[in-house]
Amino acid sequence: MRRYLLARLAQTVLVVFLSLTAVFGMVRLTGDPVLLFMPMDIQAKDVEEFRERLGFNDPLAVQYTRFLAAAVRGDFGDSLRYRRDAFGLVLERLPATLLLAGAALGLTLVVAVPLGVLSAVRRDTAFDHVGTVVTVLGQATPGFWLGLMLIYVFAVQLRWLPTGGMGTAAHVVMPAVVLAAFYSARVARLTRSAVLDTLGEDYVLTARAKGLAETRVIGKHTLRNSAIPIVTLAGLEAGQLLGGAVVTETIFAWPGLGRLTVQALLNRDFPVVMAAVSFTSIVYTLMNLLVDVAYGWLDPRVRKT
Amino acid sequence: MKAWLGLSVTLIIVVAAAGAPWIAAHDPLLADFAAGLKPPGTPGHPLGTDQLGRDLLARVLYGARLALFIGACTVIVTGIVGGLLGLLAGFVERWPSAVVMRIADVQLSFPFILLALTINAIVGLGLRNIILSLSAAGWVVYARVVRGEVLSVKQRDYVHAAAALGVGRARLLFRHVLPNVAPSIVVVASLQFSQFVVAEAAISFLGFGVQPPTPAWGSMLSESRDFLYVAWWLAAFPGLALALTALGVNLLGDWLRDTFDPKLRV
Repeated sequence: MRRYLLARLAQTVLVVFLSLTAVFGMVRLTGDPVLLFMPMDIQAKDVEEFRERLGFNDPLAVQYTRFLAAAVRGDFGDSLRYRRDAFGLVLERLPATLLLAGAALGLTLVVAVPLGVLSAVRRDTAFDHVGTVVTVLGQATPGFWLGLMLIYVFAVQLRWLPTGGMGTAAHVVMPAVVLAAFYSARVARLTRSAVLDTLGEDYVLTARAKGLAETRVIGKHTLRNSAIPIVTLAGLEAGQLLGGAVVTETIFAWPGLGRLTVQALLNRDFPVVMAAVSFTSIVYTLMNLLVDVAYGWLDPRVRKT
Repeated sequence: MKAWLGLSVTLIIVVAAAGAPWIAAHDPLLADFAAGLKPPGTPGHPLGTDQLGRDLLARVLYGARLALFIGACTVIVTGIVGGLLGLLAGFVERWPSAVVMRIADVQLSFPFILLALTINAIVGLGLRNIILSLSAAGWVVYARVVRGEVLSVKQRDYVHAAAALGVGRARLLFRHVLPNVAPSIVVVASLQFSQFVVAEAAISFLGFGVQPPTPAWGSMLSESRDFLYVAWWLAAFPGLALALTALGVNLLGDWLRDTFDPKLRV
């Protein structure tokens, strides 16, 4: 287990380092970086001065080393728009995104997992068919459109919920539902197939042959064994919530990391873009590491590969 | 059942896109300020009109052309680039494999939509750049799947037999390995197609990608937000078209996977 952990940790460090390199490369190798970092209203004669001040005249290797050295300390420079530490802005927005992602995750676990289990247990019944239709529709519905339609129905027509922003519990409902919709559809499908796989195993047959009550066969013998693939896949997919947050937060004016990233991109505030994208990538990578470690812990067979 | 539904929905979208100039009675860009924000069912405008009096049906239909075009181009570019890199990584192993797989790891450390969005914001707006951005963010899936397939296919007896007969490496790769990997590439392409179409719409919705007045579903939805209180149809129909496209192609992709490659996970 320790060797497996160390190997995965080393791999994660390498990926984080390469991801930072990729962020640096994306911003620097696609033309003149000054054009990305310059405030919009700058005079042509100031461009050179700006270039010198930001160190874009130095050799690329020097710039790269400087970027990496600063980035590991969480220093991505100052936001061009807010004139403050870019990484600080990112951290400030993190709790809002975590709250939203947490609500969506909770909703998914409460709705999607039972749906998947019941669909598998009652395979080919009306319940299963309806469940399949719902999950297929859920996967095909783009989140931002679902968001617009929910706003129209619940905020514009019924006036039950606010259109956007953050504050009361009512503000969380629609963004969490939108963020959870696509994810839930995936998790419900994964749960269904994982439980179906386990139901076909010999030990489930044995349990039934022993005359155990069906609730016990499902609750103990099946669910415990199908938990491994469900946890892993749900964990890996949870990272996608960070991507989904980019769009969802923008629709509902939710003051999180995703909205900050989109606004920074629209304002061409590249220090904030670099900070936000690097941070998201690191969180995403760490989540994957966590899932892998949990998987290795749950299922000893994995550690050997 | 799934296959038929997927096939018919996809076919309807393709026919609607191809036949846009004949089905729609109006030019999607032609403004008519006197007829602005007419609801669905207005004579001459079955889906109503937008704030500039442009026919919504025409805009949704031309939007289908754009969405399918972007989806198809991206799938072809990512299929070729990712496919070739996957072939290389699986066939040569050693350092090409390590390099391609590390790049894949790095790309997969960013959520897909965030990566495509950021690349698009940097390379710039417009049709060509959105295809470029989606491709740059999306080729990894092919490379991974194809590499895995190649690793298993090249151990098969017929490949060993061909090698023993003195077949050259290039011929071995393209005549004996590639045809046996091709079904997986097709399955991945069909499963990726709707992801690309939806991602393009999301990116255009956020204000990047395809810009107004070009009738793209994403930018239409983005504009509709300002009129949500007075004109629900502007938000409803482009999104419905997008969801239907995703549904049709997803069902088709599921069916292709179940038929050709049930174990494939994308």
